[in-house]
Amino acid sequence: MLSKRLIVCLDVREGKLAKSIKFVDTKDIGDPVVKARQYYMDGADELVFYDINASRANRDITLKFVEAVAAQIFIPFSVGGGIRSIEDATKLRLAGAEKVNVNSAAVKRKELISEISGAIGAQSTVLSMDVKKTTKTREIPSGYEIVINDGTHMTGMDAIDWAKIGEKLGAGELVVNSIDADGTKDGYELTLTRMIADSVGIPVIASGGAGKPEHLYEAFAIGHADAALVASIVHYGEYTCRQLKDYLHSRGIKVRMKF
Amino acid sequence: MLAIIDYGAGNIGSVQRACVETGIQSVITPDPADLKKAQRIIFPGVGAAPTAMENLKRTGLGEAIKQAFAAGTPILGICLGAQVVLDRSEEGDTPCLGLIAGTTVRFKLQDKSLKIPHIGWNSVKVLQQHPLLADIDKEDEFYFVHSYYPQPAKLESMFAVSDYGGEFCCAVGNKNYFAVQFHPEKSGRFGLEMLLRFAKWDGSVPAKSGAKGK
Repeated sequence: MLSKRLIVCLDVREGKLAKSIKFVDTKDIGDPVVKARQYYMDGADELVFYDINASRANRDITLKFVEAVAAQIFIPFSVGGGIRSIEDATKLRLAGAEKVNVNSAAVKRKELISEISGAIGAQSTVLSMDVKKTTKTREIPSGYEIVINDGTHMTGMDAIDWAKIGEKLGAGELVVNSIDADGTKDGYELTLTRMIADSVGIPVIASGGAGKPEHLYEAFAIGHADAALVASIVHYGEYTCRQLKDYLHSRGIKVRMKF
Repeated sequence: MLAIIDYGAGNIGSVQRACVETGIQSVITPDPADLKKAQRIIFPGVGAAPTAMENLKRTGLGEAIKQAFAAGTPILGICLGAQVVLDRSEEGDTPCLGLIAGTTVRFKLQDKSLKIPHIGWNSVKVLQQHPLLADIDKEDEFYFVHSYYPQPAKLESMFAVSDYGGEFCCAVGNKNYFAVQFHPEKSGRFGLEMLLRFAKWDGSVPAKSGAKGK
């Protein structure tokens, strides 16, 4: 039986590690390659790197960084931030990323998803969506709206609709990141996660809000997620990946326990 | 020399990086002539069977793989390398290399809550012992990402299964050819150990090794 995945998210800025809280006030917390290796050894099932403020100017720094990570960890990892073309995606794949994440650029030009999926395969194309709770309207029937540009810009698009469109266009996985829950440590946005997981046929990764092991359990048991993304809960040493997995295992969630 | 075949199918760099990590010397090559000289061959690949077969034909690598197989060179197939080695694939109804009798088939899942592709970590149940599967126990998990899997015609070609809405074959072999549906290069410690075992494998499979075990 397939295991539920624990994914560690590292925010990277110019090759250094940062963790954002509500997407403002980022601060460096160490060398991401060293951290990545540590999480790999500690039983993380996958890693994801978000390149904050990715721009053309530091694209080469990102590629060097991805190569350095790929030489150190032997589990899948994905990279997101500033991916706007097939070329960006292909270069990251060749540098060693198993998957690439697209976000704002795909909202602005949705063909990007099908282009990347066609070039590197659906299994390597991840659609990350930043979502904010809002009032239910005719345009936003679910009450969850897609936001872009690091949460600063509302799009008027319904999150459930966008998830379905993303799947149709060839995304192989969805990261559902709640802007409201991100950095709060109060738990994942379970209603949102479940609504999306139940409306698509591709794996859904819950993101934003993990503060204790119970939250991960909820993401799987209540949110119907296939994977749970964690960041500060492990970055600051509150829990190790092993401790989180021990807890999930004890609650009957199937996770990879030998590594 | 260990040759990693480059035929434009997916992320072969990660296979070489895993070799570097385990201290295995390897070269990535698109040249059929190199497969003749190679002591061992890794045949990786992610993607669609029709494109892969087309590339293998056009480059002459398909023929070179058949010759290396006939010459007794140990070959490790990974993912696509476990699929296009059978007679044909359901993916685009593609004729394949035919080194192992059988067909590569798509998941047909009754349980609609299960998603395709099968992506993630899953445990592997060894049916017959094989030098490359030594020391694997039922809790060891490997990383999978695929929608199709090899379905050998004969049980003797099936070495391990995994479970996703029912058991499916995830390791096939015939003499000096052995192939896994999962990705050892992305499967942490146990995957790296499998690559190391391959680097030491002479291509022979002890007769009835399944009965004796290890």
